[in-house]
Amino acid sequence: MAYLKKSPWLLHYDASSCNGCDIEVLACLTPLYDVERFGIINTGNPKHADVFVITGGINEMNRQVVKNIYAQIPDPKVVVAVGVCATSGGVFRECYNIAGGVDQVIPVDVYVPGCAARPESIIDGIVTALGILEEKRTKMKEQEGSA
Amino acid sequence: MSKEIVIPFGPQHPVLPEPIHLDLVIEDEKVKEALPSIGYVHRGLETLVEKREFPEYVYIAERICGICSFIHGATYCQAVETLMNVEVPERALYLRTIWSEYSRLHSHLLWLGLFADGMGFENLFMDAWRLREHVLDDLEATTGGRVIQGSCKVGGVRRDIDAAKLDEMSNGLDGFRGELADLVDVFLNDSSVRSRLKNVGVLSKHDAYADGAVGPVLRASGVASDARMLGYAAYGNLHFKPVVEEGCDCYARCAVRAKEMYASIDLIKEAVQKIPDGPIEVKVTGKPDGEYFARAEQPRGEVVHYVKGNGTRHLARHRVRTPTITNVPPMVKMLAGCELADVPVIVLSIDPCIGCCER
Ligand code: SF4
Repeated sequence: MAYLKKSPWLLHYDASSCNGCDIEVLACLTPLYDVERFGIINTGNPKHADVFVITGGINEMNRQVVKNIYAQIPDPKVVVAVGVCATSGGVFRECYNIAGGVDQVIPVDVYVPGCAARPESIIDGIVTALGILEEKRTKMKEQEGSA
Repeated sequence: MSKEIVIPFGPQHPVLPEPIHLDLVIEDEKVKEALPSIGYVHRGLETLVEKREFPEYVYIAERICGICSFIHGATYCQAVETLMNVEVPERALYLRTIWSEYSRLHSHLLWLGLFADGMGFENLFMDAWRLREHVLDDLEATTGGRVIQGSCKVGGVRRDIDAAKLDEMSNGLDGFRGELADLVDVFLNDSSVRSRLKNVGVLSKHDAYADGAVGPVLRASGVASDARMLGYAAYGNLHFKPVVEEGCDCYARCAVRAKEMYASIDLIKEAVQKIPDGPIEVKVTGKPDGEYFARAEQPRGEVVHYVKGNGTRHLARHRVRTPTITNVPPMVKMLAGCELADVPVIVLSIDPCIGCCER
């Protein structure tokens, strides 16, 4: 992926993380890492978002919230699960209120490792996701063309 | 005749990095009542004591929250050590104090940034987080982790900091103090910030005390209460005075946190001067039995870790009372009668940490 055609906006939601990964996601947006230079903006509105960045595992209370947010993001969209909690439940896997990783309820495109995930790996994960987003967009266009 | 309507706030909301849900009962533009509901990040990690042995559980205790991580780990260790009569070496206590104060610096800068973002001052948010990276650099250089440090263990600490690095950190803080002063100046003296925060979310001294507020929320309402006055870890040997403000509003809460950062810098510099040589850990043998409450001061207020042992390698119970949960009733009081547009600022002014609060 040599360049970006569009400015991808991301939506961040904390499912049941310990905050460690959340603040690292926010750190990516601030001057040291500054992903805004790539046109990436953190939005609060799912209807504006292309990339859904989610931290923490799924519990009974947020199951529906995560599904709702996912459903509100327009296609094409990609999901990035940040941290081992979002990947598999992580250290909290055996807790009674954790059903597991985010892929229990919505499809995940990129898994970012780490506990806490480092900003470098988060950026790497998001850049990978942007490639997938581009593929999805092309595929959608083809389908529209053939319909 | 105006009509009551209910506006949902959260769990997914632009000013909240973490999910909490409030039902705001509104009449005209005024909030009549705020009804909080929680549970979105509840994991149930306290029950993990049954699955992890007590020395391993430090990792779980640290992950109660990624912002106050180090102090959670240290307080848990403090509780278990007292229970088992472990004599922790002085040097380890000093190192814990230094890391705790670095955590406070990073947490307060993080909060100042989010708070600026909450009142719509984007530039200030970025500046606070830029400064915060200096603190994280030192934490990472000495512990290996930026937000989750993992350097505390039952019986001491895992890593030492050599004298050269300690000096470097202490000297680095001088320059840092200058940059911090520029930042704090905007928070305390900028006219738009002042008019956004003054007389917003007032919590009287009586209400703060009666409703059990802790930490900066309590101190901003004029009560000098800070768990560091208990003198745990190395605080007893350092000159510590709590920061108190009388304003009772959002501005006062902002001022308390801003001034506490200077206090933290002073504490770190004093600790670096006084730190004794010696071992950094002792071997812990035996199994915890009995119960104990350990108290410590988190950036958000007093935290209580309760541990109960039953003579096995697994604790019978671990319970945490975090500062945010005790600050929710005072917050509900601040919200009653406020303008709808002030809700984000007031909610943020207690520095809510939902991750801790729900565990
Ligand atoms: S992966 Fe680790 S740091 Fe990230 S949310 Fe989970 S416990 Fe916290």
